[in-house]
Amino acid sequence: MSKILITLNVNGRAHEIACEPNTLLLDCLRQDLGLTGSKRACDDSSCGACTVQIDGVPMLSCALLAVSCQGQRITTIEGVAEHGSLSALQKAYSDWGGSQCGYCTPGFMMTVNALLSETPDPTDEQIGAALSSNLCRCTGYVQMIQAIKAAIRAEQEGRAAKRA
Amino acid sequence: MSDFSVIGKRTAMVDSSGKATGLGKYADDFSVPGMLIGKILHSPYPHARIKKIDASRALALDGVVAVVTGSDAPNKYGILPVGHDETALAVEKVRYVGDNVACVAAISESIAEKALELIDVEYEPMQAYFDPEDSMKATADLIHPEKPGNVEKDYHHVFGDPDQGFAESDVVIEGRYIANEVTHAAMEPHCTLASFEIDSITGNQGRLTVWSSTQVPYYLQHKLSIVLDMPMSQIRVIKPLVGGGFGAKSEIIPLEIIAAVAARKAQAPVKITYTREEVFWAHRGRPRTIVDLKTGVKKDGSIRAVAARVVQDGGAYCSYGVVTILYSGALLGALYDIPNIRYDGYRVLTNKPACGAMRGHGTVNVRFAFESQLDEAAARIGMDPAAIRNRNLLKPPCLTVNNLRVRSYGLPECIEKVVTGSRWAERKGKLPRGRGLGIACSHYVSGAANSIIRSDMPHSTVNIKVDRDGGVVIYTGASDIGQGSDTMVAQVAAEVLGCSMARIQVIAADTDLTPVDIGSYSSRVTFMNGNATLRAAQAAKKLIAEAVAKRMNCSPEDLIFSGDKVWKKGAAEESVTVAAAAPTVSGHVEGQILRGSVQQKRKDEGVKERMSFEEAVVTAMDIQGTLTGVGSYAPPPDARGGKHKGGGVGPSPAYSYSAQVADVSVDEETGEVTVHKIWAAHDCGRALNPVAVEGQVIGSVWMGLGQALQEEMVWKHGLLMNPSMLEYRSASGVESPDIECYIVESIDPEGPFGAKEASEGSLAAAIPAVANAIFDAVGIRLRESPFTPERVLAALRSKKAGAKKLQLTRNADPENPGSFREHGGSLCFKGKGPIRHALDPAMVRPGTTADAAEEMGGAD
Repeated sequence: MSKILITLNVNGRAHEIACEPNTLLLDCLRQDLGLTGSKRACDDSSCGACTVQIDGVPMLSCALLAVSCQGQRITTIEGVAEHGSLSALQKAYSDWGGSQCGYCTPGFMMTVNALLSETPDPTDEQIGAALSSNLCRCTGYVQMIQAIKAAIRAEQEGRAAKRA
Repeated sequence: MSDFSVIGKRTAMVDSSGKATGLGKYADDFSVPGMLIGKILHSPYPHARIKKIDASRALALDGVVAVVTGSDAPNKYGILPVGHDETALAVEKVRYVGDNVACVAAISESIAEKALELIDVEYEPMQAYFDPEDSMKATADLIHPEKPGNVEKDYHHVFGDPDQGFAESDVVIEGRYIANEVTHAAMEPHCTLASFEIDSITGNQGRLTVWSSTQVPYYLQHKLSIVLDMPMSQIRVIKPLVGGGFGAKSEIIPLEIIAAVAARKAQAPVKITYTREEVFWAHRGRPRTIVDLKTGVKKDGSIRAVAARVVQDGGAYCSYGVVTILYSGALLGALYDIPNIRYDGYRVLTNKPACGAMRGHGTVNVRFAFESQLDEAAARIGMDPAAIRNRNLLKPPCLTVNNLRVRSYGLPECIEKVVTGSRWAERKGKLPRGRGLGIACSHYVSGAANSIIRSDMPHSTVNIKVDRDGGVVIYTGASDIGQGSDTMVAQVAAEVLGCSMARIQVIAADTDLTPVDIGSYSSRVTFMNGNATLRAAQAAKKLIAEAVAKRMNCSPEDLIFSGDKVWKKGAAEESVTVAAAAPTVSGHVEGQILRGSVQQKRKDEGVKERMSFEEAVVTAMDIQGTLTGVGSYAPPPDARGGKHKGGGVGPSPAYSYSAQVADVSVDEETGEVTVHKIWAAHDCGRALNPVAVEGQVIGSVWMGLGQALQEEMVWKHGLLMNPSMLEYRSASGVESPDIECYIVESIDPEGPFGAKEASEGSLAAAIPAVANAIFDAVGIRLRESPFTPERVLAALRSKKAGAKKLQLTRNADPENPGSFREHGGSLCFKGKGPIRHALDPAMVRPGTTADAAEEMGGAD
């Protein structure tokens, strides 16, 4: 299959890429752009390790064609750190044991990050519903949920501090 | 409570930011220039002779660089020295659906995939064996000709006098328990990148570098050297971040060898990454196990004797099988005081993917049977299930009847914690029908006292380099696979040297850089590598202390290393303001190091009472020149077990202990079991990093719940019916209950700072705790795992007079299981089973048994 030239906006930067029309967004990110934070783990779109945000909505990059994402804002895990530092969520994941092997972590980050920007103070049910799109085999999810709650608290305290 | 500054503190993993930002590199994230992609052709037959392989059409395809087959690397290997029965690619015959036949190296994944279809292989199908008890009767078409009756290994152990023990028991209970097969399904699929360099002296293909998702880089180096006929020193194995192992990566997975063989032939770097389906075929998980168990107890609850006959469905290769079947027997001891034990274990070969080591290796299925039967015994003698466990405690320090040395033993406290936490006394037996509580215990080794390759060499070695910048670099062979061993060694060294974690860099698991550690398996790393790190750090500290003592006019023992400072005991307290105002030493000292004038400066200063860590280091370097510490650990002789055949497996320098209570409800209409909460207490000796210990314990319990409730590999004529994360039913956050973890610290006399294992011991108790809770809830005793809705319903209906029996497949009664059912009891495969394609190899295989034919053609 011959390649075509497409432009993808990834983490705020425009990239011109030559790829086959059937290239998955995941492969394009990992192989053409070297953004290997998004992971391939299940091959059947059931695990969420490849989750990226398309215009702020968490989507499975293994189930999207790269060509179909032109003109949209693609955010990967590499675009989540804030000003060269860990975001509150990333920091909380470290401190609370939210990741062990870490292979599923980027996908969870993108999912939870989208949840928290939509719903800054989610209920337990909302957190549970959001997490159901991703799989982890290490943590049993308990510490992950603790981490998410800690991140929410940190954000709230941070915001309160700013106001004061 | 303790005087530690780093140990026992909740510490973020040293590699966690790389994981949270996606910048950490796993094997599949690496690429090197000119790299080819490898794809493997798998066998569609469970057992067949290979008559011919013709790869000419594949080689003709544009973009294909090489095709390798069995004859390219026929040397046999296997993880155990007694089990060298694998080859990189099949030689002469294939032994399971998914066995490796050929590998294509091509410039892209799509071309490699296309080429696989162009390889022509002619097979001659043979009789295949799927049921271990049938397989043991085989006389023809043996899976490995040198293994008569398809028995990989059998062991028969008697400790004490079991016949006498049963005779003096008041109650003897017998039963058959079946645990179906589960797999690790670590999130990261296996991946290996192999690259040769050209030797500058000879000008030919020289050293090999391999990046691989492995728990055992040094074993990989060893097996590669066997298969490739290369000296080990010419092979460098690098373990990048590993996305979970659970045992799947604790041995050599075919692709690790195949990538190197393909790279050698293609004369270019080759990367192979398994698809998720291939990961399921590579397997090496927990075998389906039949446990025929007999327990004798007296009326006072004391266990007098236990007899177990265990048959494991090991799959087509030995793998860790010999060890698995030995663990199953040996770890009947060391949890409770059992005076008489008889054990007959059979590891049987079948035409399915090889089973190997999985979290809780060898102990889990037998523990399920034992703890369930102990519950039955308690019910028979009218004793509380928690009380019967307390009645049979060991009295350490002691040797068990099968020669296991137990020194620290936190089981009583574990039981107490979960009984209190779950309000057992108030709630047990008083909950409404449909809701119940169950208790169970388990334990595990903190590393095997005897390594796979028998020798007196240390199991772990660690080098520490301290340099003029005040930085500490730890070179450790320990493989961090997400459990946090890099963080553990950093903590241990920081604690000993009294320096901050920020000074410490960990270089781990690179066979060129780091000294040997035999790998991350059998929960050995904290205990053994932790001890080696402790000794290496103490050695470095000794050098520093000797130098500093001279300068402070005191003996080295009078020095205190803490908080990035060294001071003489009793030295005047430095006022906080002075300490804070002092400039950081780095910039300060650095110039002096470069000018070489630090000695002069010191003379000018005279005797000091305290100095910074950097100053202390530079002082030591003035005398030593270089500053390194080395340490190693080998388990002591008295912990290495008995002399009987097979006595080498099971002994450990220390055992972890766990107790759990499960709170479940059972829906009698749908058969669904819901776990509301698990209280899990784990004795890990000392929690070096509580956040990591809790993570490991919760993760183990969660994985045990998977095996208890929904995870199983479902087979149909050797074909895996559910090779995907979705169909294997790995639980998401919504289906996962709250797990409350209690850490119990028994402070082991030999562990580093008293630590023992934390990652595996809790898994086994989860399954019987749920089984016992189901019994408490609705009065059915499920003896076959997992406890899926169909099994629960079948058991409920068989109890109910006049209820329509559930028409599952043969031997379906989960309260009284007979033999394995290939279907695994899942209703979706009832009756005819899935519709098969006419060319499906299972349709044409010879020797289809009557049962199988009946299943396939049976009326729905």
